[in-house]
Amino acid sequence: MKILFTAHGTDWNAQMDERLGRAEYLVVYDEESDKLEAFANDTSSMEHGAGLQTAQKIAELGANVIITGNGAGGKVADLIKKTNIKTYIGAKNMTLKEAYEKYTNGELTLQ
Amino acid sequence: MTITIASGKGGTGKTTLSSNLASYLASQGKNIVLADLDVEEPNSSLFLKLDKVETKIANKMVPHWEKENCTLCGKCVDVCAFNAIAKIFDEILVYPQLCHSCYACSELCPTDSLPMRPERIGEITHYKTKNFDFVEGRIDLGQEMSVPLIAQTIDYVNENFSDSLKLFDAPPGTSCPVIEATKESDFVILITESTPFGYNDLVLAVETMRVLNKKIGVVINRYGIGDNQVEEYCKKENIPIIAKIQNDKEIAKTYAKGELLYEKIPHFKNSLDDIVKFIGEIK
Repeated sequence: MKILFTAHGTDWNAQMDERLGRAEYLVVYDEESDKLEAFANDTSSMEHGAGLQTAQKIAELGANVIITGNGAGGKVADLIKKTNIKTYIGAKNMTLKEAYEKYTNGELTLQ
Repeated sequence: MTITIASGKGGTGKTTLSSNLASYLASQGKNIVLADLDVEEPNSSLFLKLDKVETKIANKMVPHWEKENCTLCGKCVDVCAFNAIAKIFDEILVYPQLCHSCYACSELCPTDSLPMRPERIGEITHYKTKNFDFVEGRIDLGQEMSVPLIAQTIDYVNENFSDSLKLFDAPPGTSCPVIEATKESDFVILITESTPFGYNDLVLAVETMRVLNKKIGVVINRYGIGDNQVEEYCKKENIPIIAKIQNDKEIAKTYAKGELLYEKIPHFKNSLDDIVKFIGEIK
């Protein structure tokens, strides 16, 4: 499984970014290879439609699961529904490591 | 001539002033058309007794994906300046709410897989009152972009009422809808109140109108409340204060009944006279 975190930084100790569309970094953890890889997600120049571009990127990165804080807004939620990607929400004010633990313990909510 | 009544801050009296001014000028025999361009929240009609003349459907052009010949090259996604197109795996998704009808995706698609088609965004309705014409743009629920509808409402007014004095009731704020509502006006009346919020948003509105090279004047509403920052600012910036409408509970009462004010409240009528005189002197 490829797990994607919305984050303010690039490693396991980075803080989660509760925003999905305008997340600073998209950090992908590949459970099989045990590799963590971070991608900058600069949406500052986009007045509108940032969420759609981010969702597109997430699909391209091949994520199976998104772990984030607030969850997707209307348009992006519709788009993600078209994929098989599952979005888990409620991971805010914590590190990626803590968020991953909560996910594996089943403590996050499926959007 | 076209005069737009705008404001930075919402709720400062754009609709109150424009509906009363239109009716008052018409009662003096002037040939008037009033257009409600606050298409997301049109409410001038609440204060007017109206007979409907016609309703036109307003559309905007948006691309529709035809998958037969599409090679999923992603050019449409790249050229869209408004992020209105997304490619998810083997599907192209168009988000009409974000589309600015620029045609770039459609024109640049190598396989012509994104033909433009009309999509309904709202209605333009022409009404008659006792002595003037009234045109209202009204956006459909769920539509996010008001600029195309504002532009089409203005076109309708210009095509049908070229000889009238045109009064435009603008949306609040200083963003694209306000610019669309004011950009072709000969004069912009900025109505405000002398409160910290009113002052702050007036400054933003003045700066916007200066970028557009518009002639402007200020009407201070609810005069007597707040402070004198607005007056000092106008003096410093050489902006004419066209009228000061006294703060008066009777105005609120009459407004709440949906009635026009100048027939009931003499000092309000005096303020309208100041504005009419000023308009008469605009070159």
